[in-house]
Amino acid sequence: MRWLVLSLMVCFSGPVWAEEAKPLAEDPVVEARLKHLAVELRCLVCQNQTLADSNAPLAEDLRREVREMLAKNMSDQEVIDFLVARYGDFVLYRPPLKATTTLLWVGPFVLLTIGATALVVTLRRRARKVVDVPVTDEEQRRVEQLLAEGGKRS
Amino acid sequence: MIPEIGHFALILALCVAVVQGVLPIYGAMVGNSALMAVAKPAARAQFLLVVIAFCCLGYAFADKDFSVLYVASTSNSQLPLHYRLAAIWGAHEGSLLLWTLILTVWMFAVTLFSAHLPETMRSRILGVMGLVSLGFLLFMLTVSNPFERLIPAAPEGRDLNPLLQDPGMVIHPPMLYMGYVGFSVAFAFAIAALLGGNLDAAWARWSRPWTTVAWCFLTVGIAMGSGWAYYELGWGGWWFWDPVENASFMPWLAGTALVHSLAVTDKRGGFKVWTVLLAIMAFSLSLLGTFLVRSGVLTSVHAFATDPKRGLFILAFLAIVIGGSLALYAWRAPRVGLGGSFAMMSREGMLLANNVLLVAAMGSVLLGTLYPLFLDALDLGKISVGPPYFDAVFVPLMVPALFLMGIGPLAQWKKAEVPDLAKRLRWAFGVSVVTALVLPFVLGAWTPLLSLGLLMAVWIVTTAVIGLRERLAHVGGKSLLEQVSLVPRSYWGMLVAHCGIAVFVVGVTMVKGFETEKDVRMNVGETATIGDYTFRFDGAQDVVGPNYTAARGAFRVSLDGRETTTLYPEKRRYAAQNQVMTEAAIDPGLLRDLYVSLGEPLDEGAWSVRLYHKPFVDWIWGGCFIMALGGVIAISDRRYRLAWRKQEPTVQPSAGTARRKVA
Repeated sequence: MRWLVLSLMVCFSGPVWAEEAKPLAEDPVVEARLKHLAVELRCLVCQNQTLADSNAPLAEDLRREVREMLAKNMSDQEVIDFLVARYGDFVLYRPPLKATTTLLWVGPFVLLTIGATALVVTLRRRARKVVDVPVTDEEQRRVEQLLAEGGKRS
Repeated sequence: MIPEIGHFALILALCVAVVQGVLPIYGAMVGNSALMAVAKPAARAQFLLVVIAFCCLGYAFADKDFSVLYVASTSNSQLPLHYRLAAIWGAHEGSLLLWTLILTVWMFAVTLFSAHLPETMRSRILGVMGLVSLGFLLFMLTVSNPFERLIPAAPEGRDLNPLLQDPGMVIHPPMLYMGYVGFSVAFAFAIAALLGGNLDAAWARWSRPWTTVAWCFLTVGIAMGSGWAYYELGWGGWWFWDPVENASFMPWLAGTALVHSLAVTDKRGGFKVWTVLLAIMAFSLSLLGTFLVRSGVLTSVHAFATDPKRGLFILAFLAIVIGGSLALYAWRAPRVGLGGSFAMMSREGMLLANNVLLVAAMGSVLLGTLYPLFLDALDLGKISVGPPYFDAVFVPLMVPALFLMGIGPLAQWKKAEVPDLAKRLRWAFGVSVVTALVLPFVLGAWTPLLSLGLLMAVWIVTTAVIGLRERLAHVGGKSLLEQVSLVPRSYWGMLVAHCGIAVFVVGVTMVKGFETEKDVRMNVGETATIGDYTFRFDGAQDVVGPNYTAARGAFRVSLDGRETTTLYPEKRRYAAQNQVMTEAAIDPGLLRDLYVSLGEPLDEGAWSVRLYHKPFVDWIWGGCFIMALGGVIAISDRRYRLAWRKQEPTVQPSAGTARRKVA
């Protein structure tokens, strides 16, 4: 995320050339903040696209609205709160942590912990069960014979 | 008439599938070799019948036969022939036929390359594949028939979704399905081994090349899908963690774990129980992916509930396959031996740890993909789970996996000594850390994630170099050339595939760290500069395509005053469904891509234009192709060639030696 902001700052603060095309946005600072917000917001009418990427007319309208809010000096959190109040959590691509989403957020790390514990326990138990059978002389001779054959063949 | 032939061929294929699924497995159980011998001809007959059905559907498309419902709904008389043929898998019914076709292709391949397998094993494998095929054929014939007639015929077809009218779409689904369905072979091997109770190192060696081939196809298929999204969707993203993408990525993660686990079972006889479980998991996830993508449950849980026929069929099929195989697993797996002993700190231990990480990652993707569906179905609210979530959970799981990837190949089997490993790896570690700290400054911006990405990539490459040096010294041989030829190809394959991961990581890191974009309003003759490149807009012209009209912009690109190329992005309007598509223009390069897409027309010939400069973005797909190449090198290893060659009677020395080679 920081990259995006950084790269946007780099690209918007560059020198202005003589017949350089004008940025679509009027206020580069607001635009950078909009981008930063819009990549985590869902375009509500699209199949699965962020507000930043969508070309749908509704997404365009919503972007304009967010732009206006940002221009009025609302903080990012205020904008998000407003959107959630209007559209629900569905608009957020980063689901908020609450009772119904706890499992979603802790799940991956629970999985990892279970996996790691299972691994350690199984390996411990296994180490007790498996007894290495020493190689007999006969087997040793057989191995050497096979190795010699293999060497000749390759 | 032709569609009816196709339909009839499918019905016959279903009958053959029943025979193939029942008789050989029963024959293997009672030891009746006449019944077992049915497997091979049945599999080949089924292959032939499905090919006939597939060709019939292809003919209906080529012939613009709009009296076939499926043809009428996914093609149009204006659609060029190659897209009409690609439209066979452009929607639900046809992609299932493609799935079944590919399943029978794999089946046919098994009949060709299984002469070295014991007859019971081969019959069981083909039998299990027959049963899987039975499920799909039954599905097509009951609720999803591609040959269903539309009477009276439509005067004109509804056309293929414009998004799919792209060369990438012609090749991407067959590749992806080759991978998906390829895991059915590994699955069939595992089930056959469970049925027969002979889960041994030979079983692992036999199923290894099949699994690797499937994995290669899946890798390439996913990479192509991502590349398609990149240039076709017009916003320059290459992965969105979309449920459809996740559906293909989950089997890949399980398959990657399986490939590694099979290596241990093959070489050391360990992890058998776990390997079998992974084989079941990889194929189950392929089926789950099909269910997710094809049942419509993703678009809306409620749409699924209003027309649940198809979804319920796949769900039931899924339950039977997964439940049945897990039950068999629970019944049979405890009898399987343990294999050799090994310490926690050993190559086996690290491979297992890597497996745990991969499976945890797979589980997280599964959780993130299904969670919103469950919440919605339980009326607990609608949420969106998108890239911020997946990035947050996936990166922490993958970083240790990538770190272990460097150490694992250098650790000894059975027991590795930490001080020894540390000594051998110290310069790789030093080089990686220094590069990761310094390089971002040289490139112009230091961020923790950029540094971390580079650390992992350099770590993978430097450890691979150390491993290779030790290996070359170990094999002996006089000249370097001789040493190189003495190192087994499976080892080269592993190195190449791992370096592919490094290339991929570099691509992702660089593009995330240094990508720049600009949204500009461009009048004719105006320029915009991005990443040292200057774009001059020469205006947009109207062009007419076979089934669309478009505005095509021309952008002259120059670097330091020297003109390098001209790009022609388009805004297309497809007539049949009146849909607007953005065709981005891309100037690809080893070190950067330049990407232009047209937004909306503004007044006086001006356009809103989006420009991207994407450093190293092609490394993302390049890395995937290198990974797949590694897989291809690995299966060309001498051991497998010996196993294949054995079926030619002239080379077969004697039964005794031959058995030793594959065992």
